[in-house]
Amino acid sequence: MSTALEHPTYNYKVVRQFAIMTVVWGIVGMLLGVILAAQLVWPQLNLDLPWTSFGRLRPLHTNAVVFAFGGSALMATSYYVVQRTCQARLFSDKLAAFTFWGWQAVIVSAVITLPLGYTTTKEYAELEWPINILIAVVWVSYAIVFLMTIKQRKTSHIYVANWFFAAFILTVAVLHIVNNAAIPVTAMYSISIYSGTIDAMVQWWYGHNAVGFFLTAGFLGMMYYFVPKQAERPIYSYRLSIVHFWALIMIYMWAGPHHLHYTALPDWAQSLGMVMSIILLAPSWGGMINGMMTLSGAWHKLRTDPTLRFLVVALSFYGMSTFEGPMMAIKTVNALSHYTDWTIGHVHAGALGWVAMITIGSMYHLIPRLFGQTEMYSVGMIAVHFWLATIGTVLYIASMWVNGILQGLMWRAINPDGTLMYTFMESVEASGPGYIVRLIGGLFWIIGMLIMAYNVFKTIQRSEAVQHPIPQTA
Amino acid sequence: MDTGTFRGIITFLLIVAFLGITWWAYSRRRKPDFDEAANLPFVDDDEQTTRDSSASPRSSREQDSNGDSRTNQGDRNA
Repeated sequence: MSTALEHPTYNYKVVRQFAIMTVVWGIVGMLLGVILAAQLVWPQLNLDLPWTSFGRLRPLHTNAVVFAFGGSALMATSYYVVQRTCQARLFSDKLAAFTFWGWQAVIVSAVITLPLGYTTTKEYAELEWPINILIAVVWVSYAIVFLMTIKQRKTSHIYVANWFFAAFILTVAVLHIVNNAAIPVTAMYSISIYSGTIDAMVQWWYGHNAVGFFLTAGFLGMMYYFVPKQAERPIYSYRLSIVHFWALIMIYMWAGPHHLHYTALPDWAQSLGMVMSIILLAPSWGGMINGMMTLSGAWHKLRTDPTLRFLVVALSFYGMSTFEGPMMAIKTVNALSHYTDWTIGHVHAGALGWVAMITIGSMYHLIPRLFGQTEMYSVGMIAVHFWLATIGTVLYIASMWVNGILQGLMWRAINPDGTLMYTFMESVEASGPGYIVRLIGGLFWIIGMLIMAYNVFKTIQRSEAVQHPIPQTA
Repeated sequence: MDTGTFRGIITFLLIVAFLGITWWAYSRRRKPDFDEAANLPFVDDDEQTTRDSSASPRSSREQDSNGDSRTNQGDRNA
């Protein structure tokens, strides 16, 4: 990379590295998702090999999209936003480089160990103890780089996006370390220090806050910078953003028990989780409205700017899934939805509709600027990507709603004599068409990501052509 | 003091703290500071190089509205 791209003040190198890996890991993670969706349609695609079976590839898919794609995106944007809004260079270039290479090492370890069958069996925390120690070291380094950069800021205020990023970094450190506390038995096997119901509650305290802080607070940090920036106007209400921040982080912590309705968890804890989940609607929608209303007076920009369209549709899906989530946390609704495909549909409304679309919108703003340009190579390709992603998400979540409600109703249907009306296998057969529609939705997504990769490649290539013009003969 | 009372007091203190934050955030005195903070994404120094001047020319309507577009629209009441 040419030194002409180096910013006089800021460290853009690490941001560029994370931004490119965001696209790479996005393709890997989503391709794994498409393979898994195809396996549910054609089970023979597991090739009858242990390494390619659904049970081993599924945690690899979730780790790749959440921690590799989402994690790289969060690190790229947080390093970019903290430098630009604090007007200070990253605290340490060496430590920042360590967070990049360390994080990539974590991901590569996951890609190797998960198909081999090494797992703690904790959902979204499957990686075994040596990798967990590496994650903890990298994460603490990330916290040091980020917080020390804020400390060295040249501005008097700490912009709201940095508050969300800081909360995400600190909380994920605590969640990761507490949930993965374990006694190592062999080099790649450990036993959790918690047992029984306590283990389940700690796991879902971690699991739901991974959603709340990794997939929500972090990406809200992205939203609070890139939506105003792309719309070219400040956030609708800065006051609301402060109330949004404190309400969100105070309430999210208590919503975990809704993952354990009708289990051995004490009933009062389940009800508490349900009530806190419902209250969570208020800060979630407060944040969504704050982002949306930033566009008031600038809605016409949506007609010409597909990047802004990504950001705004991401907010719409955020509003939709943060309404669906509290509703599904109500115990009587959960009795129908739990363990069905509805849950998978809800997760993807958040993961594809909110997390991936706000990331992609941010990347289309960020990547040309990192390479000394003002726009991506092709705005038309962004528009195509936008429609592929939107239609893909709608196909995915609509098919999973149908499947989920179908499964929930079939499982609870009973004959007059009290026996079950359907066997489990009958509900699986009835889910077939939905699985095909979901696969089509996934294919839309992966095609969109490949178009993005080409667009990013051409943008970087163009920047290199500008930096190294062809020598002219005299 | 039993555990239940202790938890109740903690919950009460958290609600008071939250109401305090809300009152502070919406106090009239904070308005100029927050306006300044809200504009932090736009004050970075190399904005000139990133602003796309070659893009499609702006309509006159857009230029007219640009004057007030950098003010905080959500807090007109204060």
